[in-house]
Amino acid sequence: MKPYQRTIRDLHEMLLDREISSVELTESVLGHIDAVGDKTKAYLLVTRELALRQAKAADDRLRAKRDITPLTGIPIALKDVLCVKDVVSTAGSKILNGFTPPYSATVVDRLEAEGAVFLGKTNCDEFAMGSSNENSGYWPVHNPWGLDRVPGGSSGGSAAAVASGEAIAALGSDTGGSIRQPAALTGTVGMKPTYGRVSRYGLIAFASSLDQIGPMTRDVVDSALLLQSIAGHDPLDSTSSTHPVPDYLATLRNGVKGMRLGVPKEYFVTGMEPAVEQAINDAIRLLEQQGAAIEEVSLPHSDVALPAYYIIAPAEASSNLARYDGVRYGYQAEGAKNLIEEYMMTRQQGFGAEVKRRIMLGTYALSSGYYDAYYLQAQKVRTLIIEDFKRAFEKVDALLGATSPTVAFPLGAKTQDPVAMYLNDIITIPANLGNVCGISVPCGLADGLPIGLQVIAPGFREETMLQVAFAFESAADFRKLQSPLMRAAA
Amino acid sequence: MRALEAVTPYEVVVGLEVHAQVLTQSKMFCWCSTNYLEAPPNANTCPVCLGLPGSLPVINRKAVEATIRTALALNCEIPEFSKFDRKNYFYPDLPKGYQISQYDLPFSRHGHLDFDVNGETRRCGITRVHLEEDTGKLQHEGAIEQAQSSLVNFNRAGVPLMEIVSEPDLRTADEAREYVMRLRAILQYIGVNNGDMESGQLRCDANVSLRPFGQKEFGTKVEVKNMNSFRAIHRAIEYEIVRQTEVLDAGGRLVQETRGWNDARGLTVSQRTKEFAEDYRYFPEPDLPPLEVSREWVAEIRSTLPELPAARRERLIATLGLSPYDASVLTSSKPMAEYFEETVRLGAPAKAAANWILGDFSRFLNADHKEIQDASVKPAHLQQLIALIDSGVISGKMAKETFEAMYRAPDPGPALTAAKGSSQISGDAELAGIVDQVIAENEKSVADFKAGKAQALKFLIGQGMKLSRGRANPQRLEALLQEKIS
Repeated sequence: MKPYQRTIRDLHEMLLDREISSVELTESVLGHIDAVGDKTKAYLLVTRELALRQAKAADDRLRAKRDITPLTGIPIALKDVLCVKDVVSTAGSKILNGFTPPYSATVVDRLEAEGAVFLGKTNCDEFAMGSSNENSGYWPVHNPWGLDRVPGGSSGGSAAAVASGEAIAALGSDTGGSIRQPAALTGTVGMKPTYGRVSRYGLIAFASSLDQIGPMTRDVVDSALLLQSIAGHDPLDSTSSTHPVPDYLATLRNGVKGMRLGVPKEYFVTGMEPAVEQAINDAIRLLEQQGAAIEEVSLPHSDVALPAYYIIAPAEASSNLARYDGVRYGYQAEGAKNLIEEYMMTRQQGFGAEVKRRIMLGTYALSSGYYDAYYLQAQKVRTLIIEDFKRAFEKVDALLGATSPTVAFPLGAKTQDPVAMYLNDIITIPANLGNVCGISVPCGLADGLPIGLQVIAPGFREETMLQVAFAFESAADFRKLQSPLMRAAA
Repeated sequence: MRALEAVTPYEVVVGLEVHAQVLTQSKMFCWCSTNYLEAPPNANTCPVCLGLPGSLPVINRKAVEATIRTALALNCEIPEFSKFDRKNYFYPDLPKGYQISQYDLPFSRHGHLDFDVNGETRRCGITRVHLEEDTGKLQHEGAIEQAQSSLVNFNRAGVPLMEIVSEPDLRTADEAREYVMRLRAILQYIGVNNGDMESGQLRCDANVSLRPFGQKEFGTKVEVKNMNSFRAIHRAIEYEIVRQTEVLDAGGRLVQETRGWNDARGLTVSQRTKEFAEDYRYFPEPDLPPLEVSREWVAEIRSTLPELPAARRERLIATLGLSPYDASVLTSSKPMAEYFEETVRLGAPAKAAANWILGDFSRFLNADHKEIQDASVKPAHLQQLIALIDSGVISGKMAKETFEAMYRAPDPGPALTAAKGSSQISGDAELAGIVDQVIAENEKSVADFKAGKAQALKFLIGQGMKLSRGRANPQRLEALLQEKIS
């Protein structure tokens, strides 16, 4: 097994035992990026020199046996929506072409403090708006399980990097499923923590009340390790929670015996592929065999989550993206004759079609005379969805369902039909609106393409969610599945 | 008032929006310094106040406190629940493309402000006091219409700004001016704003409309901006009353618009009509959780409120016997009221101190555009001058000359001494009588001094000065006292 195929946990042991150095490990991953990077197009920028410099520093720490954490010396990829000091950070958008922030996101600072190694900035849908990574302002990402397939989105680059061996782990961001859906489509583990669990400072905003940063990893243990590092209150983010951060590894292996797990009937949506439905039912049965009590539950407002999301998220985005006006940084159109023209040309040329569509949707929803009918109404729906989850969690400890109704679809298949594209997130969106946490764990293959099981737990109960996910992963043994791209060059 | 009635047959309706920068060390949502006037351009900026991608605001509690303090001083209700909202519009001085402000749940509402016009008390309702962030400042190359380029300085961006909105209760330009003067005094009294209108730290916009007397509905409202003095507020409103009257009298219709006051030309110019009015698309700021304003916190802030101008005015009338008019003017500025009270505390009679401060002193200060606290004449100087007059040492005419000499000099001491010196008692023979009387009347202090208490001598000298009504030469007096006692 090559170093780049391993998990954080394995590699941590190896680094401690001096079986490998962080520099050797980093070179192994960088070498694999060289080998398959042209196929996946997962990275927008590989920070080779930074990575090797950090790896050397990590080796010093490991040698000196000081300040070592499970992430010391581990090569990690960062979604391009995360600001890294002195490293170009564009959120996958042309309008931020060349933008180099003078500060790092809080999560980046935390990883850096632990001695993690930054491989580079991963590709994503522009400003995290999309479900296939085809909205990247630069180029699409290809799924390591089938290069003609999308990796999902918007954290498609991070998912593809982890699935192909181009990163040991990655950070993504999830506003309506942008971590979980690509994780499902690439056979990786992707977690959206509860809103407020992880600081958003330095995360280039899409929809502020929904965005959350989370780990994308090869297995559930790694997911817990990475969350442990990034979770917790940040004085720079007033929406980050002061809720204590538990030791996620402490309860991980407690199993599901005696647990009550709910299956929302609404999550078996129309248009779900039979193979996906089959895999989910198999997964539920497996957890039942592990001792969990399974019961059907109802989340009656699930069907209006998607339309509510497509009011709230674009409304916030229309405001968040107003700052990209060409005045202070990023792309600036040339040849404008006056201020208004400058604004219009810069934004017309700098933003892609989907971003413009959402800015228009959001501007409309907030405009005078429509606010009550759209934005206010959508907020009421959001309250109903929060209530749905509360009621369900009075009866059960966690919820089970598919992450995506389909496996990875071919590139270009849905680009002409925005609504079909939006439907990809139909089962992931409620968790964002409902202030709960969710994780996607591989639960099978259909025609060689991965399927993801979604586990949802109440707000700030990530330990419960991880416990269920780990129990399933251990029993199912899909953990050993590797994408052809990870295997091929091995 | 009578003059205006001749100008307009309509009822004038004015409401004011006052923006006051809050005196905090750091900005509204970040840790940058608020000192934007002296710092080099864009020196006091950071990712937050520049609106760089991924940056997030953090509320400055001190600014919230100042807003609640102001609201309490204006008799407002403080709701238990408040939030910030985003006001969306594009302008190069607005780095995020939205201003964090407050829309439907401000920190306060339903207050009132009492002020005096020609000795009569009026009351104006306060709709709300809310908190928002200031914008940056553009500097155009030449006139704005022809400018080929503009520069932007973000030092002011994110400076906390209170907006104090009045009800449309004001009926004349005089009332509007007096309202702002009283408001400014209150803001200074409670230490939340420095009252500087010239540099824009206190700004005032006026909504002016006319309607036939007896009509309930408001007329078409015109918002007037860019007034940076009390005089400008008064002139701009008077100008609008005349302009609107002329339009209505000619059978014309007014348009709802924003007009800018041009102080040099003495007129208002249309800036923006309602058809081009912005739709600000207000919505709750998702980066800031709503605020719960606990009753304990409000009580704590209330307990630290100082005596306000109205109360101080009442106290000066009741305890010092000032006329209501003198008391009003003296308390309209906190530094002036403090100057007055200090002068009285040092021993000057209240009426004399008030006359000096409101008379020659104010005249000189106004002519020089100076504030009383910046004058070289301090309360102690003024008190001594008054003492010289009261004791008959100098005549009223001489006092006026002496005061002017004191005011003009960087150090008023010599002029005061000169006035004293003209009638100073330095002769030992004359002083001996005073020294004897002091020793006879202050046995205990004399004993104390003999026992080694140096302080006692100071007291005895003071008594001697008092007996001589300030005319004794202090050095000689001290020498003679020491000699006599020992």
